[in-house]
Amino acid sequence: MEFGLTESQEFLKDSARKFFAGECPSAEMRRLMETDTAYDAALWSKLTDQGYTGIIFAESLGGVGLGKVELMLLMEEAGRALLPGPFFSTVVLAGSVLDAVASSAHKNKYLAPICRGEVRATVSIVESNASWNPRDIRLNAANGKLTGEKLFVPDAAVADFIIVIAHNGVFVVDSKARGLKISPMRAMDLTRKLYAVEFNDTPAEEIGTTANLARALDIATAALAAELVGGMQRTLDISVEYAKTRKQFGKPIGMFQAVQHQCADMYLETESARSAVYYAGWALEENSPDASTAVSIAKMYASDAGRTVGNRGIQIHGGMGFTWENDIHLYYRRAKGSETAFGDATFHRERIASLVIDSEGVTAKSV
Amino acid sequence: MDLNLTKEELTFRDELRAWLANNLPKDWNEWREKPIEESFPYLRAWQRKLQDGRWAAVSWPKEYGGRGATLMEQAIFWEEMARAEAPPMANSLGLGLIGPTIIAYGTEAQKKRYIPKILSAEEIWCQGFSEPNAGSDLAGLQMEARLDGDHYVVNGQKVWTSYGWIGNWCELVVRTDAGVAKHKGLSVLLVDMKSPGVEVRPLRQMTGESEFNEIFFRDVRVPTENVLGKVNDGWNVAVSTLMYERGSYGARLHLIFKRAITRLIELSRSVQRNGRPAAQDPLIRQKLAQCSAEIEIMRFNQMRAFSRITATGVPGPEGSIQKIFWSELNQRLQQIAQELLGPYGQLLGGDPHAVDKGIWSYAYLRTRGNTIEAGTSEVQRNIIGHFVLGLPRSY
Repeated sequence: MEFGLTESQEFLKDSARKFFAGECPSAEMRRLMETDTAYDAALWSKLTDQGYTGIIFAESLGGVGLGKVELMLLMEEAGRALLPGPFFSTVVLAGSVLDAVASSAHKNKYLAPICRGEVRATVSIVESNASWNPRDIRLNAANGKLTGEKLFVPDAAVADFIIVIAHNGVFVVDSKARGLKISPMRAMDLTRKLYAVEFNDTPAEEIGTTANLARALDIATAALAAELVGGMQRTLDISVEYAKTRKQFGKPIGMFQAVQHQCADMYLETESARSAVYYAGWALEENSPDASTAVSIAKMYASDAGRTVGNRGIQIHGGMGFTWENDIHLYYRRAKGSETAFGDATFHRERIASLVIDSEGVTAKSV
Repeated sequence: MDLNLTKEELTFRDELRAWLANNLPKDWNEWREKPIEESFPYLRAWQRKLQDGRWAAVSWPKEYGGRGATLMEQAIFWEEMARAEAPPMANSLGLGLIGPTIIAYGTEAQKKRYIPKILSAEEIWCQGFSEPNAGSDLAGLQMEARLDGDHYVVNGQKVWTSYGWIGNWCELVVRTDAGVAKHKGLSVLLVDMKSPGVEVRPLRQMTGESEFNEIFFRDVRVPTENVLGKVNDGWNVAVSTLMYERGSYGARLHLIFKRAITRLIELSRSVQRNGRPAAQDPLIRQKLAQCSAEIEIMRFNQMRAFSRITATGVPGPEGSIQKIFWSELNQRLQQIAQELLGPYGQLLGGDPHAVDKGIWSYAYLRTRGNTIEAGTSEVQRNIIGHFVLGLPRSY
């Protein structure tokens, strides 16, 4: 048993870190967050050149064919850089849904262009009831048309197509389709833009059933938790750095235990979230029977820890942490958005509860 | 990253399982609730049996009677022992902490003299570290060891000594030079507990039991050949022992915690809360789920730490995460138990209404010690702050 990363996994993580540091430093991230969509075509083509847009997809589709652990590592580094724009929406979310539910013809039509970096896409799931449980989806397709509204859809304005999770199937809507209205939702996270998407008798192409959706959502959920870990790591790093250099009472504030112990807790929370995320990535890759539980454990822990690490980091920075100028609030904003996306900690605790408390018969049998 | 057991690990596990199937005592349940003074010969015999199968100290090098087991194999060992509900070993400090320290720092003569009898449980070891005025500030300890010819003459008091009442030998940290910085004047002595001037008293703790002792040393003469490591290098020797303590302890806890949460989940189905089973109460469900998840994360952390230690060779300060994690989690676990049991939670063993023979009231009190023993949570956070994150020392 080996919980460490392999040499090639270390290499991927390291090169991703260097890539994001070089191509998306803080100044560039801040420039993009001030734009309407946070999307940059030049950055996208560099992501494509790295193979990131096809990271986990089959080579026959133009992908790289790497595993879920590698996806976690890439997302962790993207999170560390607070990568703006539709990478998560397009590659992780839309890509995984297409990979899980679509026929090979539909994969060639929609997933292959994602791998090749030619298109942006997103997935619309949540409705006004704000439930991440697919059972609560009301939107129905009738005669190949959709009418209704989806909320909190990431990066919809730059998507060439939007995947719609409806009650009775999974559909693709072209961005230029009739009756489609995309309106920005003004949300905390400035680096990942959210939208309300309205359909009014909008033509939609059915690409599959919701039966295989769970696995795709598990992959996206774990990847989002991985991204949170990267944000936590960055928050920890800049907080520790600040605690070493900022002086009060003639000493670095990191010398005071009240500050030092906050840093220690940030470290404990970050490392624990990372362990849970890596395990979830591995369980997904292996199709382990506990994969869904592992994903919930990771998202539950990372959702809470992302917030508390941010709380502690801002507090350690004192007045500087409360300024617009310091990057720490940008990570804090992303962490809040990611905390609720795909179910917050409360949602995942209930999902774990239903697996560990209500499944008495199941566990009894398997033992 | 590959979390499947390797062929070697599977072989190790299967060999152990087969051995346990043939050798596990059937009557442990009759003994487990007796006072340890009564069950100690039983635990000694069990350890001897384990060592006959070369299972008592799997982590030790083969030449010293171990199996040279990797950390993963050690984790497997403790998981299998917990799974089988095997009795503990009599000489747990000797096997887990002091033996490895002697192997690392001892002379050939010391290894030859002490190691075999640690393995056979013939000589039980205790640890003389804390003093009344040296708890977290261990390096500030006062116990004086004055050189007198080829002996040290030891005076002072130790406290919180596990197994003091039965210990034949003690790994004792003493001050051999009072004139230098506090970390630089310490030495470790291996002390025969039958030496004249050693007095052991029980220390009654808040649970009512006496797991620990106070030990008084009055003009106790210890031969200089019993120094472990170099004179005045005792801090490094002692820290090495503490690292083993923090690193290895977590491995055996996963199944123990898992068993506890499984029992709480079972209880939640029968305990009523607001007119329905607690298992249906959303708040209780949240807490049970949180706890179950954290128990798994504890294990993931452990496995990751093991993989890291395997690369570097020695347990490092990351063990402090594990210490904080398990001790605080255990307290949260017991708090949930209390919430679930309501007024029944306070009932002690022996009360006819007590749930599970009163283990929950006992554990609630006992777990307060978890964040204090083996390095307080505060000290662990100092270690992370200074040694892991590179923050300046706070003291």
